[in-house]
Amino acid sequence: MADITETTDPKTADPTWPKAEERRLIGQRISRLDGPAKSTGTAKYTYDLNRPGLLYARVLRCPHAHAKVTKLDMAPAESMPGVRAVRVIQGAGTEIQWALDEVAVVAAVSDDIAQDAVRAIAVEYEVLPHFVSEEQLDKAPATKPGEEKTEGDPVAAMTAAAVRVKGTYGMPVISHNCLEAHGQVCEWTGKDEMTAWCSTQALSALPPQFAERLEIPAANVRVITQYMGGGFGSKFSVDRWGIECAELARQAGAPVKLMLDRAAELTVAGDRPSAFAEIEVGATDDGTLTAWTSKSWGSGGLGSAGDPPMPYVFQIPNRRHRHTAVPTHTASSRAWRAPNHPQGCYLTMSALDDLAAKLAMDPYDLFVKNLSMTGMADVYKQELEIAEQLMGWKARWHQRGAGAPGPVQHGLGLSIHTWGGRGHRSNCEITLQPDGQVDLKMATQDLGTGTRTAVGIVCADTLGLPLEAVKVNIGDSRYPASGGSGGSTTIGGVSAATRRAALNARALLFDKAAPKLETTADQLEAVDATIRVKGSPDRKLTWKQAMALFGHTPVTATGANPGPGELTGSGVGGVQMAEVAVDVETGIVKMVKMVAVQDCGLIIDLKTAESQVYGALIMGISGALSEEKVIDPVTGRMLNVDFESYKMAGIGDVGELVVHMMTGPGFDERGPIGLGEPPMVSPGAAIANAVANAVGVRVPFLPLTPRHVLEALAKGAA
Amino acid sequence: MAADNRRDDSVDPDTAQGLAPGGLSRRAFLRGGAAAGLGAGLLSSLPAVAAKSAPVEPAKTEAGVTLLGPGPVPMSLQINGKAHAVKLEPRVTLLDALRDHLDLTGAKKVCDRGTCGACTIILDGRTVYACSVLAIESQGSDIQTIEGLGTLEKLHPLQAAFVENDAHQCGFCTPGFVMASKALLDANPAPTLPEVHHALSGNFCRCGTYAGIRGAVLGVAAAYAAAAAEGDEPPGNAEAEDPEPRPKKKKKKKRNPDG
Repeated sequence: MADITETTDPKTADPTWPKAEERRLIGQRISRLDGPAKSTGTAKYTYDLNRPGLLYARVLRCPHAHAKVTKLDMAPAESMPGVRAVRVIQGAGTEIQWALDEVAVVAAVSDDIAQDAVRAIAVEYEVLPHFVSEEQLDKAPATKPGEEKTEGDPVAAMTAAAVRVKGTYGMPVISHNCLEAHGQVCEWTGKDEMTAWCSTQALSALPPQFAERLEIPAANVRVITQYMGGGFGSKFSVDRWGIECAELARQAGAPVKLMLDRAAELTVAGDRPSAFAEIEVGATDDGTLTAWTSKSWGSGGLGSAGDPPMPYVFQIPNRRHRHTAVPTHTASSRAWRAPNHPQGCYLTMSALDDLAAKLAMDPYDLFVKNLSMTGMADVYKQELEIAEQLMGWKARWHQRGAGAPGPVQHGLGLSIHTWGGRGHRSNCEITLQPDGQVDLKMATQDLGTGTRTAVGIVCADTLGLPLEAVKVNIGDSRYPASGGSGGSTTIGGVSAATRRAALNARALLFDKAAPKLETTADQLEAVDATIRVKGSPDRKLTWKQAMALFGHTPVTATGANPGPGELTGSGVGGVQMAEVAVDVETGIVKMVKMVAVQDCGLIIDLKTAESQVYGALIMGISGALSEEKVIDPVTGRMLNVDFESYKMAGIGDVGELVVHMMTGPGFDERGPIGLGEPPMVSPGAAIANAVANAVGVRVPFLPLTPRHVLEALAKGAA
Repeated sequence: MAADNRRDDSVDPDTAQGLAPGGLSRRAFLRGGAAAGLGAGLLSSLPAVAAKSAPVEPAKTEAGVTLLGPGPVPMSLQINGKAHAVKLEPRVTLLDALRDHLDLTGAKKVCDRGTCGACTIILDGRTVYACSVLAIESQGSDIQTIEGLGTLEKLHPLQAAFVENDAHQCGFCTPGFVMASKALLDANPAPTLPEVHHALSGNFCRCGTYAGIRGAVLGVAAAYAAAAAEGDEPPGNAEAEDPEPRPKKKKKKKRNPDG
């Protein structure tokens, strides 16, 4: 009989996903495993941890967008009763480059005392000039122009175009605004050993980051993230406040909790770059796109990331584009769901919709006519047809501004989008216990996307066990390493690694069971908690009988991604349609309905997959209608640093939501592909196009607030 | 000393966002009111508030009112039917008392200023934001938190419905939504969708779980209605006993719900 080492070495040299008729759990509608913990409030997040002797940290932040620290005296804070540790982060002489950047930090026995101590710190600044308003490119003191990208001959094609439209469009910086603020609890367990509970989306990446800055071995840092309250791309790094928290804990000899307050969370812990563009697009008079030129600009803070792909999705044959980054005195942006895509999509789809309006053409027909430029014409075509049915588009669409008379105007808008999302690197370890329990270990994290449930489903489905038989252990850096959850790469990575590990575990069982069942391993299947001979369901071993063949020793198998076989894919398409009602007297936009038709390869859990799409629609509606970081040009400070004025959509603001997932042949073969990004791309574009359709003029700037709507109406009437 | 440090260049984010015209954060104002004994006349307590972090003489009487704090004072909180004795500074909010001192962390701290709903609890039958109530003023009240609703083994029907409808993603807002939903159904067992929207309009979710929440709340309401029609006990998940007696159907005066 083969030993463990030999059999773990892939028996399954060419692993595949099970065929549709063999799937028992994969693709079903399954409630997430941690739902009860979340709905009972027993799920413990980083913010919830009360370690014995816990200290609370608070941060002194610079109120100026650009300033030099001229004096910093920690003594008044340090001497306060209850204060256990203080640290200077950016002391006298340091130049601060954005408002609310960290200056100093204190740890005290209560959160209130820590706040008192921060207020007691004596600090003075020399205020320096700042720049925070990137809306007008020609007013920027410094810019970083990107490369100009040209295909074909856009100038000649534009001149030759029968129809041309020009427009200027834009969307502001918005914040991730995670409900669980960024932060961590750090506790030293030895001279050079630390455990950190982190609200992170990149668990396995954090120990090395801590270790390097704290000058201790990475293997001595343990990071735990059982539950985390939202990341959306903003929680990949250990962050300076993470290191400070660890140093405070080391200094105080006690565990320290440092969570950002809401003002800091909104101001410095994550932004999506703004994007503005001047666009000209040309077409033949039947609506075939022929020419595109655009120059875009925007700010991702001081680092000024961001370069939206334009034209988006439609690769118009003659095109030219250049993006210019505008550095501002604001914190550097972070990856925000589908980096660059919502901007590229909104800017492009707005221009194409304006072109359709000029042609008096239904944008649905304009999109269909030009699908060959997308590289995924078949997928989009199918999705457009389904969305059309779900929205009743053809029956209800009207020419721009040609709705029924009255102050409340209805309109329809549409957009399409794409994303890559190939599975990231991951490892998975599966141990079959003699009692029939299966332990799965993986140092991944569940952001609320359903990762925990998905790996359980893949493991149980592969082993022919009920989901309850699998104990899913994630959220601890002591488990086999896995990738960060970003770019919609998690589901592919964790599912593929789990599938390979489970197939390898199953192969071990089949090898042991085959002689007992007087057959060969390739004739066996794992179904209903039995190992049985294909076609002869009576020739079987119960799971326990099979495990007994190993004596009383647990059996461990591993799997990784990438690995043998094609288990991951990339490149999905989605279509969204929006219906809005706009009061042209008040400028108030209300969502009536939104339809999302989305492809994501093989669906592991239909219920949580749909939730991801619903969630993206809602977050997208929120961004389209009301979110905007308002930065005061005079002080350089963000003004709306609370939920009253940083406006997010509530439950009554989102209208009817319809989600349709593309499944089956043509989609499943590519393996699972993530959903964090794709459905997040289109909402702004679809909703803005619906508003233009309703009110008869383009409202060129997001968010679609009454002010922007009324300004556009006034300009249109002038 | 705190007053001296309230110059613009030493503003911390807490006060930076919450400064009221008089230079006081709303929270400091709230705490100061309690520190001086609620009802003792908030205006007269303002100077003491500005210096809240500087200990003043403990417990003295002024115009027949006992002043407590600023040091810890004994309190008793009635939470989920159980009395908890704690010793806290009068400025401690009910949310911090629950989370930091009693390890009841189901109510979440998100905005800490009464806008996001993540700390929603039920106090004497009404939903309140635990961040905007002081622990000291919650004495004598019946405080219900998510921990008193159901357990992992025996979910409350609403909790079971949240699971079934996948009305949570990251889950950080979920306890607040469950409590707000419970208060709604207690008062109005058969809400319309606009009524659900209205009742839950004080809670925010960032992941976007509103579709699931609608389904969960309306589903439980429908189950209550079906049970009422049958004359049965209210249904929950098969195993669970409803830990709460079913709310009596009573006509609730509701403000005009949103559309």
